[in-house]
Amino acid sequence: MDYTIKIGGEAGQGIQTIGDTLSVVFARSGYHVFTNQDYESRIRGGHNYYQLRLSDKPVHCAREAVDIVVALDKVSIMEYEKQLAQQGQIIYDSQSLKEKHEGNQFLDVPFVRLAVEHGGNKIMANTVATGAVLGMLGIDIEILLGILKDTFKKKGEEIIKANVDSAMAGYDFAVNNCIKCSFVSAETSKAKMLIAGNDAIGFGAVASGLKFYSAYPMTPGTSIMLYVASKAKDYGIVVEQAEDEIAAINMALGASFAGVRAMTGTSGGGFALMVEGLSLAAITETPVVIAIAQRPGPATGLPTKTAQADLLFALYSAHGEFPRVIMAPGTPEECFFLTNKAFDMAEKYQIPVIILTDQYLADSQWTYEGFDLNKLKYTDYRLRDKDLIGEDYKRHALTDNGISPFAVPGKGNYVVVTDSDEHDEEGHITEDAQMTILMTQKRLHKKMPAIIKDMAPPKFYGSDNPEIVIVGWGSMYGLLREAVDMLTNKYKIAMLHFSEVYPMPDTENFDYIKVLTEAKRAICIEQNVTGQLAHLLAVEKGFRFKEKINKYDGRPFTLEQLIGEINALIG
Amino acid sequence: MPSLDDYKGRTPAWCPGCGNFSILKTFKEAMVELGLAPHQFMLVSGIGQAGKFPHYLKCNTFNGLHGRSLPVATGFRLANNKMPVFVVSGDGDCYGEGGNHLMHGIRRNLNIKYFIHDNQIYGLTKGQGSPTTMEGMPTKNLPYGVLSNQLNPLSLAIALNCTFVARGFAGDQEQLKYLIKEAVNHEGFAIVDILQPCVSFNKVNTYEWYKQRVYHLDNTYNCQSRAEAFAKSLEWGDRIPTGILFKCRRPLFEEKIPFIQDTPLSSQPFDISKVGKTLQEFFV
Repeated sequence: MDYTIKIGGEAGQGIQTIGDTLSVVFARSGYHVFTNQDYESRIRGGHNYYQLRLSDKPVHCAREAVDIVVALDKVSIMEYEKQLAQQGQIIYDSQSLKEKHEGNQFLDVPFVRLAVEHGGNKIMANTVATGAVLGMLGIDIEILLGILKDTFKKKGEEIIKANVDSAMAGYDFAVNNCIKCSFVSAETSKAKMLIAGNDAIGFGAVASGLKFYSAYPMTPGTSIMLYVASKAKDYGIVVEQAEDEIAAINMALGASFAGVRAMTGTSGGGFALMVEGLSLAAITETPVVIAIAQRPGPATGLPTKTAQADLLFALYSAHGEFPRVIMAPGTPEECFFLTNKAFDMAEKYQIPVIILTDQYLADSQWTYEGFDLNKLKYTDYRLRDKDLIGEDYKRHALTDNGISPFAVPGKGNYVVVTDSDEHDEEGHITEDAQMTILMTQKRLHKKMPAIIKDMAPPKFYGSDNPEIVIVGWGSMYGLLREAVDMLTNKYKIAMLHFSEVYPMPDTENFDYIKVLTEAKRAICIEQNVTGQLAHLLAVEKGFRFKEKINKYDGRPFTLEQLIGEINALIG
Repeated sequence: MPSLDDYKGRTPAWCPGCGNFSILKTFKEAMVELGLAPHQFMLVSGIGQAGKFPHYLKCNTFNGLHGRSLPVATGFRLANNKMPVFVVSGDGDCYGEGGNHLMHGIRRNLNIKYFIHDNQIYGLTKGQGSPTTMEGMPTKNLPYGVLSNQLNPLSLAIALNCTFVARGFAGDQEQLKYLIKEAVNHEGFAIVDILQPCVSFNKVNTYEWYKQRVYHLDNTYNCQSRAEAFAKSLEWGDRIPTGILFKCRRPLFEEKIPFIQDTPLSSQPFDISKVGKTLQEFFV
């Protein structure tokens, strides 16, 4: 069982409601789910879609072939009829769309008429559609009815009944009329958790002891702030919408200096404004975590689409030379645990840590059996006990490992001083040549070996001694993995996936460069035009890819598209 | 009780005769008289001659970037609302590079005190016009001198309903000390614009120039009336009023966040045991 459902329509028609409801039904039923969304930078009109894939086996990416299209507008029919799988079906309401389609692949479901007849209001048309999809799939409707009862609990019995009747009407209509439906559903199992990439970053931050989040809204980074805000009262987190991204990062640094874990989040354009603040974090050695949800640029680019084009920007941004860490999670689970690791490393080494995600992963939901919370790390590296801090405390004391004890101001009879100018051990401004060398070495050379040791090597999956190695980073994980699964009968193929991108992990425990050099073909696959990971591997490790697959139209690969590209390249 | 000795800092790198010296001396005296020890408050600064100020005394310090001192102070104050937070800045730092932050800082009304050394010129970069440079002043970097209108920071602050707006003069230490202490004791965001002659680069607004013009607002002046204060703030030229121009009470930003009322954020432990329950919410 591996079905893809695509709900298409104008913004404001409720495709998100239908998609979210179905996702919840499938997750509660114990199926594995993967969802992704494509939307335009507008609140009403245009054309958006919500795609979800369900299976009895884990799924990690979107497919090209669609089994059920829920068409709420004419564009959906025009665009997605050609994507239909062999037994695929398009459901639509001919009265609403004012057009009738003939053919086995069309099922005309009177969403509005059934809603009015059974629910008393055309507003229930989306509930009819949701019920109809379940009827087509032959999935028990009880879970949907339970969700409707929960959702409308506050609105009273009448509204609940109207929704339940509408869902039933859609369900029954599909069961009785979809003669061509040949979907077979696997047995249900234990309910799964359902989590989107950006929610997982927000949750990861909250679970790491985040106390302060400041940001300026920017798609697709805003949903991290929304998640954190939803937990602010419960966890005691101050969330502030800054006047701009410059203020956002400086506020986070002020809060961090005061002794709390602080974070900001944005997209590439907002990060451009934060760059001088990144440099400030570096010289003042103030821990901060920065999430960048990438979208295509330059400038405003495609505001609601996806890209992996800011890796080198994140790496080389800001004036001066200093250490930074870049995490690029590949799944919501990694979003959660790498955000935790980002906080730990930021605090441990007193450095900025960047989490790079993108619109595709930010808005994608995955299902899991659960997260192992025992893997969470929380160590308070700050000095808070005044008995341990003398009056002669020096914020930037020179130490063997480059890490100076970081005291929380105000706990005792000492002062904590830092400066964006080069400074001495006390934190006071200096122009001394020798001190400049010592401080530069402290910040960079002394900390770096330990930082590199903390970076996990890329994940390897697939054939031992592969002849073909496909390589990627960040949100490419799921696609690479399923591509390996699909092609494993055809080739000796494996994947390397980098989620702890910079500094590049050393090769001591796992010589991933050897894997690349020993393979007949190494192909770097990225959602950018120049091949930024490929560039980084060349610069940092001396490995040069001869083959690359790059996609830069703002849309994620589907599995079939990627396999097509790989097959075409291999020939 | 703290003494002036506690506040001894590095030797200032300012020009001899700079107005900053008397501001520094006055600030230290005000802190001592307020009973504040160096470790008991936070001082944030940016870049410019005023940005170096914290190095010339002794206290908790974050000397950040040009124009960005207020956001740093905002973050700090939200993380520790039990510690007094002061900002020292110059006219370029506060009104130029940091103008947007000033506007929104006033809106927020955190309990932060903003002391602006206003010498109406860029000193550190040697004599370019600042937002408060008078229109028409010749500068080396602009072929026709300063063509823009002079910013009136006090009118701006009153227009935004800033809860404490004052003007001091570096040449009048007694009044300046009074203004600093009043600002610190005020509940709310406070701005003290301090007229401060730049002996190296501002040949117009000199000690003599200011001395001929400044006058104290007397007790017939009502600093509680926003309209009257706005009218008074427009006075500039032959006569320049000093003192508290406007004062009002607005709820503090930090008072609106219930969970930091008893214990500041920086002293609140993280309860990791809650995470399991939050995870359950994803079992939708």
